[in-house]
Amino acid sequence: MDNLIIGGKEFSSRLFLGTGKFSDNRLMAEAIKASESQMVTVAMKRVELHDESDDLLNNIVKDKTIQLLPNTSGVRNAEEAIFAAQMSREAFGTNFLKLEIHPDPRYLLPDTVETLKATEELVKQGFVVLPYCQADPVLCKQLSEAGAAAVMPLGAPIGTNRGLRTVDFLKIIIEEATVPVVVDAGIGAPSHAAWAMELGASACLVNTAIAVANDPVKMAIAFKKAVQAGREAFLAGLGEVSFDSKASASSPLTSFLN
Amino acid sequence: MFYDEIQKISWDETTEKIYSKTETDVKRALGKQRCDIDDFMAMISPAAAPFLEQMAFLSRKYTMERFGKTVSMFIPLYITNSCTNSCVYCGFHIQNKMARTILTEEQIENEYKAIKKIAPFENILLVTGENPAKADVNYIARALDIAKPYFSNLKIEVMPLSTEDYEMLTHHGMNGVICFQETYNEKNYKLYHPKGMKSKFDWRVNGFDRMGMAGVHSIGMGVLIGLEKEFRTDITMMAYHLRYLEKHYWKTKYSVNFPRMRPAENEGFQPNVIMTDKQLAQVTFAMRIFDHDVDISYSTREPANIRDNMARLGVTTMSAQSKTNPGGYYTYPQALDQFTVNDERKAQEIISSLKSLGLEPVWKDWDACFDHEKMAV
Repeated sequence: MDNLIIGGKEFSSRLFLGTGKFSDNRLMAEAIKASESQMVTVAMKRVELHDESDDLLNNIVKDKTIQLLPNTSGVRNAEEAIFAAQMSREAFGTNFLKLEIHPDPRYLLPDTVETLKATEELVKQGFVVLPYCQADPVLCKQLSEAGAAAVMPLGAPIGTNRGLRTVDFLKIIIEEATVPVVVDAGIGAPSHAAWAMELGASACLVNTAIAVANDPVKMAIAFKKAVQAGREAFLAGLGEVSFDSKASASSPLTSFLN
Repeated sequence: MFYDEIQKISWDETTEKIYSKTETDVKRALGKQRCDIDDFMAMISPAAAPFLEQMAFLSRKYTMERFGKTVSMFIPLYITNSCTNSCVYCGFHIQNKMARTILTEEQIENEYKAIKKIAPFENILLVTGENPAKADVNYIARALDIAKPYFSNLKIEVMPLSTEDYEMLTHHGMNGVICFQETYNEKNYKLYHPKGMKSKFDWRVNGFDRMGMAGVHSIGMGVLIGLEKEFRTDITMMAYHLRYLEKHYWKTKYSVNFPRMRPAENEGFQPNVIMTDKQLAQVTFAMRIFDHDVDISYSTREPANIRDNMARLGVTTMSAQSKTNPGGYYTYPQALDQFTVNDERKAQEIISSLKSLGLEPVWKDWDACFDHEKMAV
């Protein structure tokens, strides 16, 4: 079975979902169900932590096949993230955490320094940390050395739907990874997700592309199929790309060997 | 540790896989941006022999992208040939009746001075036999201390050490370690290394993990071609090892070597296989296409025309005017060599030759001040 293991849990779906930006929570719940996703992230800032009947949460928590992944979107530094994480663990009863630190409210790009700092501390406190980060191969090695359960490099800025703008670096990250690589942010179409999986990513996290589609439920299904297709292509081994050597027959490089 | 990983890889199955590779497999490998071990097996297989020219083209392309038109120059200095091991192929075998040398500190320093007169060498490789009772890690540390004013990059090629000893030596300025596994065939390893510490396969193969854990900046690997008939399998195991090490010790630089044994002139050990020049070229190109970043080193074991031509196609490190006997540059210029040098050109000749090929010899590529915080003195 080609299951993905993160934080000791097994996931048969490699499509993770975000829950922001949907026009209503009922539609969001339908999209999650249609996607068959088993890892769903929820911004703590959107949830009434002490209200058990919170609409956003109920739709996810009731479904036992889904691992809730609270995220710290909104915090501006490591200190805030650590505090938020502790609150999250208490409120939601899970060690899983998507670490999201973006002090810049325009592009929501992750703060590298604070993310590494927070990861180091949160791992020590027993969290299963999935840090959203820049597509920086060295940073990803450092995060995995710090004990992150996975790394989540961005494809493009959050919400832009621009696809894998960071593809050259994602390839390096995947090549060098010793933990799962989840491409998170910027995936705008199922073809982007399929591409990420063909490259060898362990999973994709998609939010905006589904939430703001004309038909989020149909789009969720399309993404489900795309992630599966990309993964199967990766496992099947992509075929030969024609090789153009431009080697000149008249002055061969290896004539000295004859 | 790598010993645990290599247990999972079958020598015989790997050999079979290599020989079952087809032209299609080779073409697929040559078309890829990033090759895996399966691709390496295709490129090193007999099926790839007709593709030598294309492989040379790719090897040259990737080498130029990463290294430019440069060749890194180094010089080996043997400081002892006193050895307690019985490697059946080695001139320093414990049972060989010969004068054993352990250079004194003064003699070592004289060697350094003599080397600096030959050419502006900054990269030196200190080589010893294995006799910890008489020349232990502290002896090696002293040789490194004395080398510091003369050379900016210090490497050693000695018996495998513990993590603590490797770390200790980094505090004495050691930048890199070279250690040839000789062969990755665990079953046959003891035929060639019957006694002494060198007979312990797992201690040797895990030495590279210990280097990585100790924070050694540069690790050099090698398979001695001539021991195992199936040299393709042996080199494939080294490729597995290289990829494993790159993943686990990601801040380290790596180099590979393919020392080829020649037929022995006397009753010495006769190699079980002789690798042809074309096979050496194929293996070198395959390694470069598999790994765009690894340093590929040819010593003076290789003749001049091979070294010069391969320097344009994938080889990135060379020694020059090497002596493979202890004290060979000043103290004992006549003593017994560990192996025969085939490229006997003077360093200046090699420099001219490289320049005429459009290549720049690079002498200095490190500075001791980068390790300032680590240093014991």
